[in-house]
Amino acid sequence: MTQSPPIIAFESVSKRYAPDAPKALDAVTLEVTTGEFLAVIGASGCGKTTLLSLINRLNEPTEGTVRFEGTDLRDLDPIHLRRSMGYVFQGVGLFPHMTVAENIAITPRLIGWNKTDIARRVNELLDLVRLPSAEYADRQPDALSGGQRQRIGIARALAARPRVVLMDEPFGALDPLTREALAGDYRKLHDELGLTSVMITHDMVEAVLLADRIAVMQAGRLVEIGTPHALLTDPRDEAARAMMATPRHQADRLNALIARGE
Amino acid sequence: METALAEAFRLLPDHLGQHVQVSATALALGLAISLPLAIFALRRPRLRTVLLGIAGVVQTIPGIALLALFFPLLLGIAALSGAWFGFEFSALGFLPSVLALALYSVLPILRNTIAGVEGIDPALIQAARGVGMTRWQSLRMVELPLAAPVIMAGIRTSTVWVIGTATLSTPVGQTSLGNYIFTGLQIQNWIFVLFGCFAAAILALAIDTMLGMMERGVAVRSRMRILIGAAGIALIVLAALGPGLMRAPAGYLIGAKPFAEQIILASLIEQRLKAEGENASRREGLGSTVAFSALAAGEIDAYVEYSGTIYTNYMKRTDTRPREETLAAVTEWLAKEHGIAVVGGLGFENAYALAMPRAQAEKLGIRTIADLAPHASNLTIAGDYEFFGRPEWNALRNTYSLRFSQARQMLSEFMYRAAGREADVIAAYTSDGRIQQYDLVVLEDPKNAIPPYDALVVVAPGRAKDERLLKALKPLIGAIDIEAMRAANLQANEGRSPAAAARWLWERIQNAK
Repeated sequence: MTQSPPIIAFESVSKRYAPDAPKALDAVTLEVTTGEFLAVIGASGCGKTTLLSLINRLNEPTEGTVRFEGTDLRDLDPIHLRRSMGYVFQGVGLFPHMTVAENIAITPRLIGWNKTDIARRVNELLDLVRLPSAEYADRQPDALSGGQRQRIGIARALAARPRVVLMDEPFGALDPLTREALAGDYRKLHDELGLTSVMITHDMVEAVLLADRIAVMQAGRLVEIGTPHALLTDPRDEAARAMMATPRHQADRLNALIARGE
Repeated sequence: METALAEAFRLLPDHLGQHVQVSATALALGLAISLPLAIFALRRPRLRTVLLGIAGVVQTIPGIALLALFFPLLLGIAALSGAWFGFEFSALGFLPSVLALALYSVLPILRNTIAGVEGIDPALIQAARGVGMTRWQSLRMVELPLAAPVIMAGIRTSTVWVIGTATLSTPVGQTSLGNYIFTGLQIQNWIFVLFGCFAAAILALAIDTMLGMMERGVAVRSRMRILIGAAGIALIVLAALGPGLMRAPAGYLIGAKPFAEQIILASLIEQRLKAEGENASRREGLGSTVAFSALAAGEIDAYVEYSGTIYTNYMKRTDTRPREETLAAVTEWLAKEHGIAVVGGLGFENAYALAMPRAQAEKLGIRTIADLAPHASNLTIAGDYEFFGRPEWNALRNTYSLRFSQARQMLSEFMYRAAGREADVIAAYTSDGRIQQYDLVVLEDPKNAIPPYDALVVVAPGRAKDERLLKALKPLIGAIDIEAMRAANLQANEGRSPAAAARWLWERIQNAK
């Protein structure tokens, strides 16, 4: 994987939201390769969302450089950049005054696709996230369940055929069954469409099961990055070790429980 | 004889149509000002504070004062524009009303638009940026649609305010439903007053209901409700404007100040013009200075003014001269300063005069103002809104050393009723039928402190040589004596319509020949 060129690169990037505020992001250096699925984990307030928002210029770095395919983001038009990347928002962020179809169609519409292409794309995406178009296209977001809304959020992010998808806790606030099904579905889409995905999550198990690599953050710093296997078996950083211990412990206890039952 | 109610209904198409026209234009202008202003102020907290502050102050100015202020302002601008660019516009009626009402409508729309947009979940605005919207797209596609119910509520508030306040545009020369109220108050036609109030209230309620439907439609995103509401409003506006749009051009415009005598005389002139085959209509309820300025600017063609009013108010003279001398001075001054022509006197005077109940006067042995002076410190005087600001009030006080214990301002109708109760002495009008009706005595003015007030027909500068107009006016000159005028005024005070009183007056003129 490392032989592919990095599609996203952070070069000692720091971010402060105000001159006297603490660093939300502290000298982060990181590369994401094309086709990779990167999970970013860490406690609340560790800078995960800031990291994500710097990739499509929703925020600007205070120091350092973020690059997209080798180009400094500051040389790219932010509007164009955001339209070329999918973004799944924490809490979904569907527009309540638009129907499901209108929500999904938003970025293609902004880019200026024609109506037939947009309609075809919306149907395609609803099939992709397994919500029948005939039933769901004209509904308002308020009339959907949490899981359905998350699916629409993903469909909206994919609408304009982005190569990069940024996801901020896309499966949060779902019941475990829905969550696992939706996460599995997404991973399949990622592989089929050849996407590059960066996903923030609280859930270590989710990160371990879905991602190609996991980045562990603490207090604005990137403390460790590696494959799930490497992090589970040989974590270098103390904080990373503590975090990765959780899924291991859970698995051990489950196994013990199953063994006792026999 | 036409009943007051029938007359009110006959006038409705005109009054309602003009009311809707001025309200709708003012609202459209108000929206055109306040929406862009609100959007511009959204990300500028300091500007927003300033704008809301200014709009709030405007709101505290009484509507009638705001309307009245726009008339002289526009008159000045029109004169400047005429001098500099050769382009003059009408400062009477429509324009000052629309501008003042539009200003009045700004605050609720401004405030609600800002509040509505700022109340949107920041996560949605972040999402709008995230999917690649520009600042303007986010505003147009997300922020304004989400704020729409709150903005609609603001528009609704503004609409009801404007429709209500538009009744106050009558004194600046804009016909509105306020004509019923202002005229009715002056001629004691309570049916007119109530009719005007109800008509304005029903109009406001009807539009408010439709806007409420639209507001709800916007909130629940029901296109049906929005359409029904919009169609309802369109229907009301069209129904109100329809008859007005088909109306023939106004022809000669006769002004009238807001009291019975003026309305009767304007009706009489209108009837004479129509009898001569001319188009003519009245512009009633004009404030005194509004009527004069409107005539000087040619916005109305003729009205009846009193020599004393011109002498003291406009010529700023504080001395008192005999009747003939005053008339000559006034005629010369009007022609020289304003190009206004005096067609002639109608034959009676309507001067201010101090009057008191007969019984009280006899008890105190008062016949003249000089007799009154020693008692004045125990007495209360009542006058109309103008009287205590006029030079003759100062002249009276200085000439006779009058010092009343209290001076009260009230509507002329209430003033007559107050005589002998809330007031001991009133500043009555000599041609007023109510002097007899309430059994008052007019106190003599031996030192001639009050100037003569001959009723004069005056015509606009462009009309001085208009033969058709003069032909219709000539038969009235010198034809109305004080008894005839008092009797006609009394008829109007007793509920007869001014037009009927004017017809009675004309018959009497015919019979006297």
